[in-house]
Amino acid sequence: MAEKQPLVQVENLSKHFIVGKSVLRAVDNVSLTICRGETLGLVGESGCGKTTFGRTLLQLYRPTSGTIIFDGKNVSGMKRRELVSFKKDAQIIFQDPYASLDPRMTIGDIVAEGLNVHFSLSGEEKRQKAAALLQKVGLGEDYISRYAHELSGGQRQRVGIARALAVEPRFIVCDEPISALDVSIQAQVINLLIQLQRDFSLTYLFISHDLSMVRYISDRIGVMYLGSLMELADNETLYSDPVHPYTQALLSAIPVADPDLGTVRQRIKLEGEIPSPINMPSGCKFHQRCRCAQEICSRELPELREVAPGHMAACHFAGELSRT
Amino acid sequence: MERILEVKDLHVHFNTYAGKIRAVRGVSFHLNRGETLAIVGESGCGKTVTSKALLRLYKPPQVGIGETSQILYSGEDVLKMGKKRLQDYRGHQVGMVFQDPMTSLNPTMKVGDQIAEALLIHNKISKKEARTQAVEALKLVNIPNPEKRAECYPHQLSGGMRQRVVIAIALSCHPSVIVADEPTTALDVTIQAQILDLLAEIKEKTGTAIILVTHDLGVVANFATRIQVMYAGQIMERGTTREIFYQPSHPYTEALLNSVPKLSSKDKGELYSLKGTPPDLILDLACCPFCARCPYCMPICRERMPEETALSDTHRVSCWLQHPSAPAVGSLNNARKAGE
Repeated sequence: MAEKQPLVQVENLSKHFIVGKSVLRAVDNVSLTICRGETLGLVGESGCGKTTFGRTLLQLYRPTSGTIIFDGKNVSGMKRRELVSFKKDAQIIFQDPYASLDPRMTIGDIVAEGLNVHFSLSGEEKRQKAAALLQKVGLGEDYISRYAHELSGGQRQRVGIARALAVEPRFIVCDEPISALDVSIQAQVINLLIQLQRDFSLTYLFISHDLSMVRYISDRIGVMYLGSLMELADNETLYSDPVHPYTQALLSAIPVADPDLGTVRQRIKLEGEIPSPINMPSGCKFHQRCRCAQEICSRELPELREVAPGHMAACHFAGELSRT
Repeated sequence: MERILEVKDLHVHFNTYAGKIRAVRGVSFHLNRGETLAIVGESGCGKTVTSKALLRLYKPPQVGIGETSQILYSGEDVLKMGKKRLQDYRGHQVGMVFQDPMTSLNPTMKVGDQIAEALLIHNKISKKEARTQAVEALKLVNIPNPEKRAECYPHQLSGGMRQRVVIAIALSCHPSVIVADEPTTALDVTIQAQILDLLAEIKEKTGTAIILVTHDLGVVANFATRIQVMYAGQIMERGTTREIFYQPSHPYTEALLNSVPKLSSKDKGELYSLKGTPPDLILDLACCPFCARCPYCMPICRERMPEETALSDTHRVSCWLQHPSAPAVGSLNNARKAGE
């Protein structure tokens, strides 16, 4: 199948930050593949490294180790010119539409800025292109000469999307694009993203902590905890049959907007909080909070292994545990 | 049931250079002793302003409260309280939990001292006694090692822990009502679940009534006794939790419920989304505030604000569709059922 061709292959990617004299392992040995035309969801709690992963993937941070292969080419070995073309192909939509737009630039200039780098167009051509893009994301042409402060959150995020689309990318990292927006506006933006994916055959990495939205938009979903990938599966499997105790607990913590269902559903309570990524626990990173932890869990780090076709999990007991 | 708090025709406006922003436009509701009332709505709908007005946290001249407005606590008008009485009322009768635990604590004070501060203001006790009670309060909100934690500064604690401290402060003087303004919005889902459990546990233990202000319908589904949905400074619909979730009668409530993807459904159809954005609150709205976004909008909706219609003892809705001469309303619920 044509659509199953990998577009982005990540192998053992790590990103460490130096904090004083210690090392913060924000992303720790993550490997995954994103296929052409699919949406890979990446979920996890704050501080689990999902945003750092997205940014490292786009070379906004220099990876500490590991390889990123984009469309068959190794990104880390790229020369400057190749890197420019990589950055044209891979774009990002940022989390906070209030902070990611320059307040002193008009919307038209914001959208057209990327065109200056990647295309040589005349002023009039740029204007037309920006107008067409704004039209495409559901804002009228008349927004072109406005400023960001005149727009609402949802409109700003549409500008952020238009900016990412301007350079005709093939791959977009959506870094929590809806978490700053209201529920009714979230649905508008999600529908727009899905529409654009169809129209331009885009590939998304969709980073979010909103597990119900991720399920809605993604084909496959990866769950991160403390910089590591805990489980990766297609979205149906992940929600109906999660094998990692962390995924199970995370899913059961989602509040359900249905009073009857909520009382029937069993909640797995997670005690305590996420350990510090500077002082990582030994062995499995989750063992201190895991309800099924055994002696081996504090000694050995479980590898991410395949428990069923296409379903990976990093747990010594994956597949052996029941859900309750 | 005893009505502990009653709000009558609350109007709140902000005086700005651009003009008067009327954030809350005639809201009336009550809170029974020991129950949980949720106020749900999107940003800018007036839910936070309503909750802060309950403690009279707004001062003139920047903020004005309507002359006919009344907030009655056990029959006593909060808006007419003297300075001393108000001080006692805030804390002893009504406690407040703010939205963002990162900014609502003083970064230069130990958390134990911050709880003790509230205790010292409201009670005639020694510093030492306040200190012991502060540790007790930390224990009540399930903070492990409370003696040690009382010596910490806010930056040494995680978001969930900080929110527990904020709750401990609100609880310290044993109020009979807690107003919680988006207490879990800044937190992760697993921590959110812990905090909601904690609030439920406290309610069980102390019999405190809770007003929960939130935008997340998932949070209220298993937590609230009654829900009221706000939009553009007005209450659009109110009812018991089951009535709101299973018989939503206002198109806005309907839309809110539908724009959340359901975890149980495998449907990948287009997510229901409302067009447009809420109205600018600087405008005088004589019409239904939702008319511009409503899929069922009729000519009358653009002319006059509908009256509140009672559907049951607890369920009330402000919508012209409830009017006897309006076209069939059943289509609303039928469409929803067909979609499931």
